[in-house]
Amino acid sequence: MNIPDKNNKTIFGFWVYLMTDLIMFAALFAAYAALRGNTFGWPTGRELFSLPQALTETFILLTSSFTCGLAMLAVYSNKKNQALVFFGITFALGIAFLVLELTEFSKFVAEGNSWQRSAFLSSFFALVGTHGLHIAIGLLWMAVSMVMVRFRGLTPLVTSKLVRLSLFWHFLDVVWIFIFTIVYLLSHV
Amino acid sequence: MNKLSSYIIGFALSIVFTLAAFFVVLRPGFFGLTSTGIVATIITLAIVQFFVQLTFFLHLWQETNPRWNLVVFLSTISIVLILVVGSIWIMNHLNYNMTPSDMNTYILKQEGMQK
Repeated sequence: MNIPDKNNKTIFGFWVYLMTDLIMFAALFAAYAALRGNTFGWPTGRELFSLPQALTETFILLTSSFTCGLAMLAVYSNKKNQALVFFGITFALGIAFLVLELTEFSKFVAEGNSWQRSAFLSSFFALVGTHGLHIAIGLLWMAVSMVMVRFRGLTPLVTSKLVRLSLFWHFLDVVWIFIFTIVYLLSHV
Repeated sequence: MNKLSSYIIGFALSIVFTLAAFFVVLRPGFFGLTSTGIVATIITLAIVQFFVQLTFFLHLWQETNPRWNLVVFLSTISIVLILVVGSIWIMNHLNYNMTPSDMNTYILKQEGMQK
């Protein structure tokens, strides 16, 4: 990756954090895989999940991962305003994703299908909710970073923070591949 | 490879694999796959897209020696596989090995054993 040498150790450390995060997600996926049939007579995934909504969320997050990459290209070529525009688009897409996900969650809860209903729903909310929480934290981080870019410019420190933010954002999209496949698609097979 | 084309290729391939996975599930009759075949197909598509994003978005293979990021990644993947495959394996056999009495009758019948 095209980054300043002195930041390599910081970025490696962040990569190690991402990998431990991946292990946490693996544990949640394993719990979901083991409990997905345990609905105890309450609604199953097939009855609850809407594939068009899952496809929309997937495309929003995938596009935001792409625009985040474009923002980093602007950062590397020292184009501050272009970077801010692309991070702004990424941020807006992230908000759209989160709104869709929270709409889905509140719909389930309003229908009485909350995490208390069955082991299947507990594991669903734990897995997808943890991913959503990561997205929310990533958005907060992105907002703070955009303020830093705006007022401090693309200094080496800010650039190193942005590299880590972009790794985090791409990582969340990678985890989402398995969520839409294993949670949403698999429930409709 | 130029960075911009790397992101564009990654984006395009991810769209293709995502649409393919949704298509296979939404039109199950199209390829004449059994449900096991569909599960295998979408999981394969997910793994392919995983590697596409690792390559074109996270640039994992472009690291120069020593490849510490890659080393940590590979050991993490082995932990993940042990965790996930092991959990599924154990949990799927749990009903069989720790059996309530009515389930026991069912299994004996299923296996063709008479008490």
